[in-house]
Amino acid sequence: MTGNQIMFILFSLMIIVFSVLTVTSRKILRAATFLLFVLVATSALYFMLNYQFLAAVQLTLYAGGIVVLIIFSILLTSHIGEKFESPALLKKVYAGIAVVAGTVLVITTILSYTFQNNNSVPRSVDMTTIGTDLMSYGDNGYALPFEVISILLLAAMIAAIVVAKKIKTK
Amino acid sequence: MQTGIPIEYFLITATVMFFAGVYGFITRRNLITMLMSVELMLNAVNINFVAFNRYLYPNLLEGQFFSIFIIAVAASEAAVAIAIIINIYRNYQSIDVDKTDQMKY
Repeated sequence: MTGNQIMFILFSLMIIVFSVLTVTSRKILRAATFLLFVLVATSALYFMLNYQFLAAVQLTLYAGGIVVLIIFSILLTSHIGEKFESPALLKKVYAGIAVVAGTVLVITTILSYTFQNNNSVPRSVDMTTIGTDLMSYGDNGYALPFEVISILLLAAMIAAIVVAKKIKTK
Repeated sequence: MQTGIPIEYFLITATVMFFAGVYGFITRRNLITMLMSVELMLNAVNINFVAFNRYLYPNLLEGQFFSIFIIAVAASEAAVAIAIIINIYRNYQSIDVDKTDQMKY
């Protein structure tokens, strides 16, 4: 077993265990911390696939931004040691059946399909390529989705400010 | 190219992660934990995109760019969702989905 495989098994086990813990833990702050571990392990997988820029974005935006935002809002809305009551047994059973059935179905589908590995020369993923691709509108250009995402971010920013603003009552 | 790791392993990891998110979305009743489940699902899809890009079409970069766009959408979604959650908390002193039923009828 090569070092590569050992690292992959380590990170994928981390993802599986901590994502299950995220949705079953009854303490909300712990659930947020487990989510952080999942996101960091995901970024490690991106590093293993040689997508350095994507891994860095994942670390800064997800692990650095979203998780901190979630933890702040947890601290604003609930007590630190707060424990949920466990969800109703019937709900748990139904959800468990649906989820296990879905997982088994998807995994059998994946295993029964043979993927054709493509051995053509990989395109480089350095910053220059990413920057020119985002701005170009020819082949391999993503100018339109880039503009759309810019508008979306602006709209989301304004919406978040408007929604969260305290309404003055005189 | 990753030697010795078949693409199926990445897909299986992502599948388990996605369905953990589905389970959380069904069973949780706190709005913030539901948001966390949604983040898990989005992340699982990202892993799929990137693995397909690296193994099946390494000469293109579509998977990587769409992962970046999904991350941007997830970030703006989290920002708006948390603004709404804080507002709900202000009005109801709780973020339980069972208690926020004023507009239901």
